[in-house]
Formats: sequence, C-alpha cells, structure tokens
Amino acid sequence: MARFEEYKDIFVFVEQENGNIAEVSYELISEARKLVASIPEFGYKVVGVLLGENVKEKAQEVISHGADKVIVVDDALLKDYSTQFYADALTQVVLAHKPDSMLTGATPLGRDLAPRVAARLNVGLTADATKIEVDLEYAKENGESLLDVTRPTFGGNLFGTIVCKDTRPQMATIRPKVFELAPTDTTRTGEVEEFTPTWRTTDPQVFVEKVIEKVKADVDITKADILVGAGRGAENCLDVLQKVADELGGVVCCTRAVVEDGFLDKDRQVGQTGKTVRPSLYIACGISGAVQHCAGMDKSDLIISINRDPQAEIFNISNMGFVGDCATVLPLLVESIKAAKAE
Amino acid sequence: MKIVVLEKQVPDSTEITVDKKTGALIRDGVPAITNPDDLAGLEAALELKDKNPDTEVVVMTMGLPKAAEMLKEGVAMGADKGVLLTDRVLGGSDTCATSIALAAALKKVGFDLVIAGRQAIDGDTAQVGPQTAERLDIPQITYVDEILEVKEDSITVKRSLEDVEQIVTAKLPCVITTLSGMNKPRYMQCDNIVDLCKEDKIEVLTNAELGIDPETVGFKGSPTSVKTTFTKDVTDKTEVFTLSEQETADMIAKTLKEKQIITK
Repeated sequence: MARFEEYKDIFVFVEQENGNIAEVSYELISEARKLVASIPEFGYKVVGVLLGENVKEKAQEVISHGADKVIVVDDALLKDYSTQFYADALTQVVLAHKPDSMLTGATPLGRDLAPRVAARLNVGLTADATKIEVDLEYAKENGESLLDVTRPTFGGNLFGTIVCKDTRPQMATIRPKVFELAPTDTTRTGEVEEFTPTWRTTDPQVFVEKVIEKVKADVDITKADILVGAGRGAENCLDVLQKVADELGGVVCCTRAVVEDGFLDKDRQVGQTGKTVRPSLYIACGISGAVQHCAGMDKSDLIISINRDPQAEIFNISNMGFVGDCATVLPLLVESIKAAKAE
Repeated sequence: MKIVVLEKQVPDSTEITVDKKTGALIRDGVPAITNPDDLAGLEAALELKDKNPDTEVVVMTMGLPKAAEMLKEGVAMGADKGVLLTDRVLGGSDTCATSIALAAALKKVGFDLVIAGRQAIDGDTAQVGPQTAERLDIPQITYVDEILEVKEDSITVKRSLEDVEQIVTAKLPCVITTLSGMNKPRYMQCDNIVDLCKEDKIEVLTNAELGIDPETVGFKGSPTSVKTTFTKDVTDKTEVFTLSEQETADMIAKTLKEKQIITK
C-alpha cells in the first residue's frame, strides 16, 4: 500500500496581477505536462490554482496553456497579493485537494508565498529550482512519484538535486525562463472548480500604502531574442557593441562587473544576481565566463564568444569561440554583418 | 523596542572555485563571512538604535560553536548581545526545521521586531525568514530596501520588487527580510571590542533550554534531503578559433547568415 495514495496531480500556482498571468506560470504548466506524461500509470492531471478577484474568466486561458483543471478562489481579499490571505487560501486548497506536488514560480511573490505555505503544512520546499524530473525508477519500485528537483547553490558553483520523500505535496519554486512555453490551444477544454476558503481572520496584518513604479527599463533583456553581452573586456568599445546589436536587431546586456563599473544599468545585467535569459543568439564580448554570469545565459540556443584570453571560461559553454580583442573585432563585425545582409 | 537580527555564517561564495580536473568545489582557505543580506539587516537595526538609544539589538544565529565569532563581530559593530543556538540535534536542518528552532529561540529571547537577511549566499533559498514568521504566526515583509518608520506597534518600510517599489506598513511584532544593497554596514568599534574582552556577551542556547521535539529538527525533522550534488559539466564541443580580426568578423557573420539570424 502506497503511503500517499490519496495524493494525486501536479498543482501549479497561477500567479496573476490585475488579471495578467505571469508567464512563468505557463512555463510551469508546460513542464508539468511533461512530468505527468512521464508517469502515465498514475493518471495525474495538471491543475492550475488561480487566486484573485474576478479572475474566473481567466481560467480558460490557463486551460489553453495546458491545464486539465483550474481551481479558482475568487474573493475580494485576494484582489491584490498579500502573504496572509494568499497563504491562507492556498494552504486550504492544498489540504482539501491533496496534490502530489505543488509548483510555484520563483518570482518575488512566489518566494514570499511558498515558504509560508510549506511551513504551515510542514512539507518540503525546494527553492529557485532550474530542473525538475520524475525519478522513474523510484516511481516504479515504490508506486509513488518522487520529483528530482535540481537547483544551483553557492552562487551557481554547485548544483544540488533535492527530494522530499516523506511529505506531500512536494513543493518547489522554479526560476522563470528555464522551461519552454508550450504552444497554446484555445480549443482545449477542462474543468473549472471554485473553492471558498474559510478565513482565519479578515483583518489584514500588512497594508500596502503606496506602489511606486520603478523607472522603467528602456529594454527588457529577458524578452530579447538576440543579445550582445558586454564584459569587462568590452567596456572600451560599448558604442560599437551597440552597433552590432542594432545591426542584428538585438539588445545589449552585460555582466555584473560592467554594472559595477558604472557603464550600463542594472536591468541589463545577466546572471545569478541579474536576470536569466535564453535568447536564440548570445554573443559574449569580453566576458570571462564567471559561473555567476553563465548561470544566467548558458541556456541560450547559440553562444558565440570573443575573448582575448584563449583560456577564458566562457569558451567552455560557447558553441563557437574566437580569440581576439573586441575593440578591433567588433567594428569589422558590423561591416561583415552589413555585407552579409547585402549578399 | 527589542530587535533580534538573524544572521548566518557563510563561506564567501565569490571566493569558491571549481577544480577543473575533479569538478569538486575548492573550499580550502575560503573565508567565513557574515551573510551580506544579514549584515544589512544588522546595520538597519543599529541605525534604529542610533535614533532611539532605548532600542535593544540582539544578534542571533543557529550554527556550529565557531559561529560565535560572527556574533562577536555583530556586538563589536554595536549590538547589545549575541545569542548562539547550537546543538547536535539541530545539525542538518533544512529551512523548515531551522525555522522551528529559530522560532523557539526567538520566543525564549523575546522580540518586537525580527530582521533576517533576504537570503544566504550559500543556500540562496530565501525561505528561513518567511518560515520563521509562519512558526511565530506573525506577519512578514520580504525584500525590504529601507526602513522608513518604526512606532510602538507598527513598522513602515519600502520593499523593492522587480518592477515596483511598495511602501508597506505591518503591525508589530513582525519579521522583515532585508536586501544587502540597502545600506553600508558600519565597521566594528574599538570600544565595543574592549567591552567584549571584559564581558562575554554571547549567550549559548542548546536544546536543554529550548526543549524542541528532536523529531522536528535536524536531519530527522527536515522534509527535504539532498540526493546528489554536482558541478556543472564542461561542454567539450566548443570550437575555439584563433584567426585574424577580419577572418573572425567574417566567420561570425557567415555563421549568423547560415543560421538565418542575418536575413536581408
């Protein structure tokens, strides 16, 4: 007799703000589909959990992205995110439905909410994961699913695979942009179930007095399909690096060093303490290849790097590497690209 | 006002390198430091104490006996005392178990405000702060970039999120988690170091004082376990070319054309 016979399905917390659903939630639904497909014998469903006010109409969108079912908690107290009410509602959904696992985006909201819920349930939570798989051998031997959840630690120097053998649901927060979005299917159908929580109290403990928009970045490097990355070795030729990006219809991003040296803004920083990107092309210019930077871009489809140092670490994760000085190569590259276009 | 700052002693992850032959982490000679987000939290607490000298600031950690060094540094910076939570039964605790132990110690020591760093640079989980708040059944405010005002029964802070900043007020007691960029931590003060020599300001708490059910902490009480660890594989398929600058430029352009990234 399996220990967790009552526990079924993979739940994905669907993060929304003003009715706009965070892309990471759909990335997780796409990945959850692959997970349930790897253990068809369990017959698990992918279930979205959507919390908010007047969000029921969004349930179909969640289904179109791959959910079999959506549990909607629609309540005025959930209009804007609050740790208190979201944790109360999500905990009750879990207790009532007993999912095998519960995935949340590793966004600021997800990382505020998930630990609180996991502690209330006394279940294991793996933080900020970048890979998730079902241990098929374990599933076969034990008749229960076990997720192998892999995450970087020590600033990206070490990876650990974490398991939660003895508690259910198995919880994890997953970093945005590591899983691919599956195509949407608007004809897909699924069940929508409403859930009404019992509030421990309706008296809020935390008040958001004011929300200030941060000065908007002129670019969003996570959305760019082509990125030209600058490291310390390209600080002396950033203008021509921008020209390369312009010629390719791409965007300039950089390492932490370039931000710290004051050349580019923090919102262009790629890496452990910056953003994670996966463009179709990443041209790494004068980037040494510190693990902290690579962790944020090594999933790019094609990585071409230019560095003076033949031993540079960046070459280890590149598809093509060129030994050379950016300040001399890049102006020539602008011309070569122009010529290739004209051909 | 009694503020307890939670700290963790961590290896300086920027100093860790990987042995290229074995793929193992080289930890020898890597200095132990106070986790940067926690140090910002301590500085924020000390700034409140500067404004209101009645404030009592306690630095607390759970760890090995050697973590007392870090607490002494906290006292040398200006904290009133340190509390070291150390016991064999706590070894191997994950965040879920750690929060049980810290909550028990916090209840014993007493607090109006708990400040924790947002996340530690060795584990990067960002879970201990919120989970400790949950165990204490008090509110949390994560990602705090500035403390704006502390009153007898409330705290107002600025949170820094991805696209927005929020001004948030919470009832006390509560837990806030702080970001390392929020301030510049002060240096240790000579007179505080002298005081430390005269009086041992580090209190040691073991489970004899706390009476936590040993089943709920340590390896036994941790729902997560590490199955394997590994360092990143090095891809060996990289082609590294040493060509003239013009050849380099032409070859990149040609590749991009072949991959249809350059079109007309």
